[in-house]
Amino acid sequence: MVHKQRQATPTILQTYLYNVQQTENTTLLQPFASLGNRFLYLLTDLGRMGIFLMNALAGIFRQPFRGREVLKQLRFIGAGSIAVIFFTALASGMVLGLQGYYSLHKFGAEGMLGSAVSLTLIMELGPILTALMVTGRVGSAMCAEIGIMRISEQIDALECMAIDPFRYLISPKVLATLISVPLLTAMFDVVGIYGGYLSGVKLMGVSSGAFFNGMMLSVTNHDIQIGIIKSFVFALLLVWISCGRGYFVLQIRGVGFGAESVSKVTTQAVVMSSISVLIVDYLLTAVLL
Amino acid sequence: MQTQEKSATSAQPAIQFIDVEKSFGDPGHRHRVLHSISFKVPRGKTTVIAGGSGQGKSVTLKLILGLLRADSGQVLVDGQDVTNLYGRKLRAMRTRFGVLFQGSALFDSLSVFENIALPLRERTKLTEKEIKEKVLNTLDQLDLTGHEQKFPAQLSGGMKKRVGLARALQLDPEFVLYDEPTTGLDPVMSREIYQLFERTQARLGYTAVIVSHDIPKVFDLADQIVLLNKGEVDAFTSPEEIKHSQKPYIREFAEMTMGDYRKTSQ
Ligand SMILES: Nc1ncnc2c1ncn2[C@@H]1O[C@H](COP(=O)(O)OP(=O)(O)OP(=O)(O)O)[C@@H](O)[C@H]1O
Ligand SMILES: [Mg+2]
Repeated sequence: MVHKQRQATPTILQTYLYNVQQTENTTLLQPFASLGNRFLYLLTDLGRMGIFLMNALAGIFRQPFRGREVLKQLRFIGAGSIAVIFFTALASGMVLGLQGYYSLHKFGAEGMLGSAVSLTLIMELGPILTALMVTGRVGSAMCAEIGIMRISEQIDALECMAIDPFRYLISPKVLATLISVPLLTAMFDVVGIYGGYLSGVKLMGVSSGAFFNGMMLSVTNHDIQIGIIKSFVFALLLVWISCGRGYFVLQIRGVGFGAESVSKVTTQAVVMSSISVLIVDYLLTAVLL
Repeated sequence: MQTQEKSATSAQPAIQFIDVEKSFGDPGHRHRVLHSISFKVPRGKTTVIAGGSGQGKSVTLKLILGLLRADSGQVLVDGQDVTNLYGRKLRAMRTRFGVLFQGSALFDSLSVFENIALPLRERTKLTEKEIKEKVLNTLDQLDLTGHEQKFPAQLSGGMKKRVGLARALQLDPEFVLYDEPTTGLDPVMSREIYQLFERTQARLGYTAVIVSHDIPKVFDLADQIVLLNKGEVDAFTSPEEIKHSQKPYIREFAEMTMGDYRKTSQ
């Protein structure tokens, strides 16, 4: 596996494109050259991120297994996010209950409230909001940690001790995220539904029996499976992008150097993770439904 | 080259640079740091790399480790070309090195003790008790006793250097690469560090490559001196050779450093 950071020697094509960009009397070609350059960079970036993902996953199975580190990460990523997820879930569940009530009330269909709230939470809001909250709270932290280790040569030092940085550093985070995020999502769903119950039943006076009956009748195993699959995929996406951006901080274009590069790359990681979670959510919904 | 791969005889140089060239930067404004440099590092001896700031000393060390790759030429470690070594083979080669980075590169979320114990924990089967004994022993040699629970952020620059050295020496390496091991240390401490080098080298018989600005003193230790200047190298086996060199920049270098040398050695 080639997971060495390589000081990229420009390829002939890159050099050619660069030269075209620099030459003044070929202004017509310039936009194409710069487009080509960007495209090549994008391909390189995608390529190294792909290799990064494979290494990060393979690292989970390499010996010796870092159980203690995984526990530590579980505590940070999982246990540490419980409060945030709890309040996000409660708030969004309550809003959902309220909004749902007003919308359904117009059609006299308050009985559907339980079904609407629980389906929305289990299939969409639970996985998405959990992933977004974890990205903000943990993804940024992981990216900054790895980025700082990269720029202060700590990752080089690991490699020089022949300690695989993936097994040692990245894979425990990946494993812990893959375990935590689905569990947090499950918690989100339960708390969110309770929030919907609070505002719908306790506040607006929908009958409790109708609320839960609606939920039981409409939520199928398939819906729950979709939620679980989504939460796994989002977990993988966010940990992959967050760790990968930090790991490649020296190779990413246009982020500057030193502390600034880490801060920019962290912002980039959060934005990229969030957007890809949203895009992939749409794709998954389209495919799985 | 393939045929020499396994025949690590003592006649063969431990590390050899052949026409190595290295540049940085985007196409268009590339900055060439090393122009086709060649030199040999003899086995079991100490080679000192000297030269002005920014002449590529640290880059040279990173080329040996495969952390940077040469644009052209070969970097041979035991006859094996590092420039196209990847994955498991590269890792296997690196296990034979002990490295001190210029910025120490300590793991800043681990304590001093854990930093030094890390290679032992990850790479050996020693029990926790043996590890503790070994680490405390090294700490004692480097005058760091009592600091083992501190974190790198709580250490001075010179202390960080010494912790980095302790970490580099844990696995009894065959090759050691030290980037400015005594920068930031007081004269007494740096003399102690040089004595430690001599003791450990006598014990382990490793091949050492040391980058140093500590010119007069480092001559006591060096079997060979490699001078880097404007991307070119000159290798010398004794201080006298440097003094008698014809190249003006080397003469200048000799005057600036060896003048002191005569004074300090009297
Ligand atoms: N990763 C890098 N990217 C771009 N340029 C680099 C990189 N690493 C080193 N250089 C350049 O290579 C040259 C040599 O750097 P190097 O760190 O080897 O110097 P040095 O001889 O160790 O100096 P010092 O004694 O100050 O440590 C410098 O001009 C530096 O700008
Ligand atoms: Mg240097």
